[in-house]
Amino acid sequence: MSKLVIASIGPASSVQDGGRPGAQRYGLVPSGAMDRLALAAANTLVGNEPFTAVVEVGPFGAKFTARGAAVRVALTGAPRNADIAGRAVAPDTSATIADGETLTLGFARGGAFSYLAIEGGISGEPMFGSLAVNARAGLGSPYPRPLQAGDELPAKAASSAAERRIELPAATDAPIRIVWGPQDDEFTDETKKLFVDSEWKISATSDRMGYRLEGPTLKHLHGHNIVSDGTVNGSLQVPGNGQPIVLMPDRGTSGGYPKIATVISADLGRLAQIPAGHAFRFRAVSMAEAQAEARKFAELLRTLPDRLRAIESVDLNIDALHDANVAGHAVSAVDAGTWHAVSMADIAGPD
Amino acid sequence: MAATLPPPRLLPSGDSAITVEFSRNIDDAANRRVLALDRALAAEPIAGITETVPTYRSLLVHYDPVQIGFDKLGEKILALAQLPVPATTKTRRWRIPVVYGGEHGIDLEDVAKTLNTTPEEIVARHVAGDYRVAMIGFTPGWSYLSGLADSLHMPRRQNPRLLTPAGTISIGGVQTGVQCLAGPSGWHLLGRTAVRTYQLHRDPIFLLEPGDNVTFTPVDAKTFAEQDRAAEAGEFIAEQITS
Repeated sequence: MSKLVIASIGPASSVQDGGRPGAQRYGLVPSGAMDRLALAAANTLVGNEPFTAVVEVGPFGAKFTARGAAVRVALTGAPRNADIAGRAVAPDTSATIADGETLTLGFARGGAFSYLAIEGGISGEPMFGSLAVNARAGLGSPYPRPLQAGDELPAKAASSAAERRIELPAATDAPIRIVWGPQDDEFTDETKKLFVDSEWKISATSDRMGYRLEGPTLKHLHGHNIVSDGTVNGSLQVPGNGQPIVLMPDRGTSGGYPKIATVISADLGRLAQIPAGHAFRFRAVSMAEAQAEARKFAELLRTLPDRLRAIESVDLNIDALHDANVAGHAVSAVDAGTWHAVSMADIAGPD
Repeated sequence: MAATLPPPRLLPSGDSAITVEFSRNIDDAANRRVLALDRALAAEPIAGITETVPTYRSLLVHYDPVQIGFDKLGEKILALAQLPVPATTKTRRWRIPVVYGGEHGIDLEDVAKTLNTTPEEIVARHVAGDYRVAMIGFTPGWSYLSGLADSLHMPRRQNPRLLTPAGTISIGGVQTGVQCLAGPSGWHLLGRTAVRTYQLHRDPIFLLEPGDNVTFTPVDAKTFAEQDRAAEAGEFIAEQITS
């Protein structure tokens, strides 16, 4: 049996898939990938069903070594430096790691989570139809916890399929769209205006349960305790200190703070990829617009296979690498500040 | 057709869920309507609904906006939610053993002091209660029970604890609860049960359902320890009384 051995990996990295909806009435949250488009794109690149289990790689670097046979993978999501035994791997492409070779991933640049799909998926024991890690509930397979160095992911030997790239819609810095509610009536119109008129930053103390936001203080009309009710991915709850928290896929299924608004489903992955400290804004849209966007997003996921392209020429590779700013030492000055230490760690040596 | 009930409020929870709110408060009549709507939707599913989550005062209905829009789903839910609440045909009743006080219920003494009575009286009041699972939420198996005696109502702790033990039985505000997994809590800890309301590799994985009735029985620490080992091996421990 071939496998991917994790030689090193940072925190906030775990096996994730489409999640396990259906048991929220028992307090079990679905979990699943933070960025569903990147999850589906990675799987599509290696011929898997879109919501197959992958490695969700947090903002730090990681190294994966193929053992037993070659393993075919694909990398999407947050851009980062990536190479297999020194051969650069462009974002949104598939690549094959030969037996004994190591895939080295650098720190995320301009995003938070990357998705490493393995051709044939990850073998494990599904619970409620999912391999997704939910450490609090003791769920996840092959390991019911974040991944650690030394972990092994059983994998299929690589097929002889040609490597491919996938053309995804261009990244955008447009505001994150919300619909008001369910408890926007716990806030004045002025507070709601302040919410959409202000710049926000994601706090460094954020995780798969929730993203804490830093910005102006949002005051409650009637205090910050409500009788607990149900939450969704993207619920913007406002606790006593007036600093909102966006609930993410490992949230509690119920919560007792007023929820001023909810991030639209089509923008959740984009929000998940905003790095800590980076300023962004919210924009309120109508329910009709939010649902039209949800349908468009579903259509985008459904038609991902149409976006696959052959990797035909070396030129193309070089372009992609140049775009991604990962071509050897040609790191731009703009990125150098955050990039330098990382690349030093990265190129410490293929192991 | 019988007279209809006042409509709930339909609150958007994003583009893929509706909060059907029957009350803003903890309200037994509202909770009965929540559970009745939940049962009605289970009995006659509406295409596009993916999951329902009952809470004290509202039913969160998750749906797929590709299959059905907010307005159309809202109309259908409103029609169902205003039908009279049928008498529940059968209710499951569970007896849950609890070791009260000492290391297992570190707040029992303080609760007694605050309420100007003895720890024995607090236990007697808690055991006398006839409770209903109003909702399960926050973490797997965390069961919020309604029916706590007025004489046990007290505000939650000023400073929530970051870690409280698995199986904790606690009170907070007007509620009591059965907590399954270790985790944070701002409630007052009265005791512990060996019963796992959530346990993997057991059938069923989740023991309690919203709407189930619950009573508590005191046990000593030795019994708790034995029950805890048996529960670890997959036994229910909770006794089901048919009614």
